[in-house]
Amino acid sequence: MRTIVVLACVAALAGCEREQRPKHAPPPASGLTGPSYPTRAVAQAENRYEENAWAVSQGKTWYRAYNCNGCHAQGGGDIGPALMDAKWRYGADPASIYATIAYGRPNGMPAFAGRVPEDQIWQLVAYVRSLSGQLPSSIAPSRNDSISAGKPEARRSKEKVRPEPPSNPGELR
Amino acid sequence: MTDPASNMQDALRAAGAQAAHIGDLWNGTLALCTFVFVAIVVATIVAVWCAPRADAATRPDTSSLSGPEHRIWRRIGWATAAAIAGLLVLLAGDVFTSRALARLPLRDAVDIELVGHQWWWEARYRDADVSREFTTANELTIPVGRPVIVTLRASDVIHSLWVPSLSGKKDLIPGRTATLRLRADRAGTYRGQCAEFCGLEHALMALLVHAVPPADFEAWAANQRQPAREPVDAAARRGREVFLATSCTMCHTITGTTAQARLGPDLTHLASRQTIAAGMFPNNRGHLAGWIGDPQALKPGVNMPANTLPPDDLQALLAYLETLR
Amino acid sequence: MTVSDPRHAQYADPADSAGAAALERTWRDPPGIVGWFSAINHKTISKRFMVTTMVFFLLGGVLALLIRLQLAQPNADIIGPDMYNQVFTMHGSTMMFLFAVPVMQAVATYLVPLMIGARSLAFPRLNAYAYWIFTMGGIMLYAAFLLNAGPDAGWFAYVPLSGPQYSPGKRVDFWAQMITFTELSGLMEAIVLITTILKLRAPGMSLNRMPLYVWAMLVTSFMVLFAMPAVMLASTALITDRLVGTHFYNPAEGGDALLWQHLFWFFGHPEVYLIFIPPLGFISAIVATFARRPVVGYPAMILALVTTAFLAFGLWVHHMFATNLPELGKTFFTAASLVIAVPSAVQIFCWIATLGSGRINFKTPLLFVLAFFFILVMGGLTGLMLASVSLDTQLHDSFFVVAHLHYVLLGGAVFPLFGAFYYWFPKFTGRLLDERLGRWNFWLFFIGFNVAFFPMHVLGLWGMPRRVYTYPAEMGWGDLNLVASLGAATIAVSVLLFLFNVARTLRHGAMAGPDPWGAGTLEWSVASPPPAGNFEVIPVVHGRYPLWQPQAEPTHVTGMSNEWREVLVTTVADAEPDHRMWLPMPSIWPFLSALATTVLFVGSIFTPWAIVWGSVPVGIAATWWFWPKRSVVQERVRTEVPP
Repeated sequence: MRTIVVLACVAALAGCEREQRPKHAPPPASGLTGPSYPTRAVAQAENRYEENAWAVSQGKTWYRAYNCNGCHAQGGGDIGPALMDAKWRYGADPASIYATIAYGRPNGMPAFAGRVPEDQIWQLVAYVRSLSGQLPSSIAPSRNDSISAGKPEARRSKEKVRPEPPSNPGELR
Repeated sequence: MTDPASNMQDALRAAGAQAAHIGDLWNGTLALCTFVFVAIVVATIVAVWCAPRADAATRPDTSSLSGPEHRIWRRIGWATAAAIAGLLVLLAGDVFTSRALARLPLRDAVDIELVGHQWWWEARYRDADVSREFTTANELTIPVGRPVIVTLRASDVIHSLWVPSLSGKKDLIPGRTATLRLRADRAGTYRGQCAEFCGLEHALMALLVHAVPPADFEAWAANQRQPAREPVDAAARRGREVFLATSCTMCHTITGTTAQARLGPDLTHLASRQTIAAGMFPNNRGHLAGWIGDPQALKPGVNMPANTLPPDDLQALLAYLETLR
Repeated sequence: MTVSDPRHAQYADPADSAGAAALERTWRDPPGIVGWFSAINHKTISKRFMVTTMVFFLLGGVLALLIRLQLAQPNADIIGPDMYNQVFTMHGSTMMFLFAVPVMQAVATYLVPLMIGARSLAFPRLNAYAYWIFTMGGIMLYAAFLLNAGPDAGWFAYVPLSGPQYSPGKRVDFWAQMITFTELSGLMEAIVLITTILKLRAPGMSLNRMPLYVWAMLVTSFMVLFAMPAVMLASTALITDRLVGTHFYNPAEGGDALLWQHLFWFFGHPEVYLIFIPPLGFISAIVATFARRPVVGYPAMILALVTTAFLAFGLWVHHMFATNLPELGKTFFTAASLVIAVPSAVQIFCWIATLGSGRINFKTPLLFVLAFFFILVMGGLTGLMLASVSLDTQLHDSFFVVAHLHYVLLGGAVFPLFGAFYYWFPKFTGRLLDERLGRWNFWLFFIGFNVAFFPMHVLGLWGMPRRVYTYPAEMGWGDLNLVASLGAATIAVSVLLFLFNVARTLRHGAMAGPDPWGAGTLEWSVASPPPAGNFEVIPVVHGRYPLWQPQAEPTHVTGMSNEWREVLVTTVADAEPDHRMWLPMPSIWPFLSALATTVLFVGSIFTPWAIVWGSVPVGIAATWWFWPKRSVVQERVRTEVPP
């Protein structure tokens, strides 16, 4: 009987990271410089939101809200590269994706650091990784309540990397 | 109007035609049901009081098993007939009230499209002439005496519009379009709340309805149709730059500027509203500063992020927002 | 009609103590830890079931106290919105799925065989399995709650809020799977009860001599068969929407958010009658005993039960009056919701007539039943108010509905349930609960209840919506909320008093003989508590109140075996003896099957493949469960007497 109570208390204290609802955003790492947003010094290696289903679902909301699908569609890519495959030009780890979103990249990726709060960028990072099946299915979002463009993120698996086809298709091997 | 807040959201203080019809039905039903309740309770008490006392050893009376008890049956029969009659009265009352509600005259109605979001209300005043349409949020102004047709849509989950002083409620269901017709018959400010559980901040999703004389309504609407005022003093101009340079433009619209996003409430005439955060806090500098700085502290879970602006920028922004009448 | 077959080897003598000892040996539970998990005696399972449901009642009550603590003052900060949403969802889910219906089935599984003169329930192993499945489902839900994964979308979980986009994570999945557990348990108990009632009645107990409580349970069990599948379907569709991306509830892809509401309330409205109808049976039993006369109008009472059951399936849209369904259709449901008051009114009039023409023995069970006439009647009348579409548009989703539902559920079910506990406690345990503590319990509960819930009617009319974690101070709702919270605290004290009464009585309460109340039905003819096999001799019944009416010949059945778990199966309508049947022996396999089923269900929260690999242990366990023992079959064939 006592064991049960102890276990219950432990469980209650441990909680479940996946199920935490809004976490109060930490203050921006750099303190007050420009309006609310970090300088280049930041880029944590870990994304504290990768284990939190609510944060990933918020990331999905920002993806639509800030019109990421204008260039990347629902992950299949359009003007911008596809996000659901295993090809990452600038790095697949959270810190690199953060840098991509916050500071932009050559060939058309804008820098959002001045417009999107740091915390939301981290949520977007987590969501973008879920697009390519990198997050566990219990955390990645499932189907959305709108017209579906493809499999829900929770059902996607990581793409296997295949060898690059020749850049000049007509060339004899 | 200085009605205490407790009077602004009260189904028993009808200020509109629909709420008045329902209020009449309530009064009649309450009277009938109270009478029935008292009758049954008194009958029970009398039955138990007047019957002789017994204990476990008292011989049970099994005479009823050998033949019907006509006297008791007759009484039960009359009581049942009375119950059926009472139910028919209630049914008739409901039918007549439904008819009255459906017969609200709709000539010269104001047409509002209300879209429910987690956790705020988007209101678009429609017009036959599309150039006269405008958008606002969380506070409606309607003319006294003119009917209002509110078209109800939801963008995410099910919400419900309930302004008890004016009308019964109607759900806003994603994928469906509903209509609520109401009319304010008395000037004043009435409060409504979302009445269908819609998530974390369902409790803090209120709506104010200002019922004003028709001339005031026209003036208000004419003002709402205008784009945002040009800021005059330097602080307000700086505030507009702050607004356009930070994350505010990612979510909010101020007509007449480059901020045209529709994720959050339309701020073009923010200063004409009495409250912020969906009817929850007074619209003044202090609350606005707190809200902009950290909405999560006041309404945890809203989509609006914390914005740590340098103090000068914040003050300039507030000065600008105050000019948006 | 003769029921003692001369071809049998021995005649059982009613006073045969060797026979009684053999009966006890045959029917009792096996010893030891493994024996504890293998027990299938209906009284053992039922007592466990009752205790488990009462534990959930207490947990749900604690959650209610948390709600009232948070709402006692405006802008309180005791529980934040996320925790509050979990708390009220858990409170509703616990009370509706883990307490209200299961406790009625639990009490029935104890009383029904005793009332109909049977030695056991039909399908005793299935009964045990139903209990284990229920318990494991409840444990799963509370484990999730303790891990911050408790459901937070309300006990009714409307989509799209409970859908995959707006309820991320696994919270709602645990809720939906809890439904699967509890509804599976409910369906099985219904099957057990229907079969028992229709086939295991003592000879002579034709349908029109059956106690009104047994009728109530028969009607309830049939309702369960039709109502539960709707919610299982709804929750399964929700699970697949969330897990594998189906679009049942996605309006953009051809689904409909209202589909959920229709399916859920098609179950949800009959559900409250599942909770309400068994207590109608309790009341009939208690009123008859404490008014010292049979209940007035037996055929009318049965017709009322059956009519209520049918009508209950035609009311569900009254939960959806605020949606944009066509108005004419809604009015039909207004009429139906008003009509269902008629059979309940007839029953109330019959009981009042019984009390008025009887002689009253004023004991605690009767007190609790009398509270029904005050509380349920008020709840029913506010229900008539809510039945009107126009009135409902003001009252729906406000605290008026909270008041109404608690008046009907506590007045209609919990008060009679407490009355039933006081009434049958001596039969369950052999000791009488203390009368004086019982009266204190009653009055504190009655007063506390009204203080807690009556003000909520007013709060609803003053505009306070439901499911809010706080409210502004300037709305003027603070005072009544504080009063309601004080009432809730009083209820808590009364429940503690009940627990104290139970604990004290179990230790040194007054011993009760077989029939401390002088009642008329068969359960009071056996010892308190009953022997393991219930009836040493199966009685033959000649009237509705066998203990009150003079005995007629034949008085009992002879020739039943005491060496095997033998029951007498009779015909459905007239209860003429049909054949003898051997029920299975205690077995660990119902428990192990329930464990395997739990693994399957919990696994399928996380991956659809769990249905595939999880089926294997379930199949194995079920196979072992049903595998007949050769020796038993041979013995049965050997002892068979051809007609």
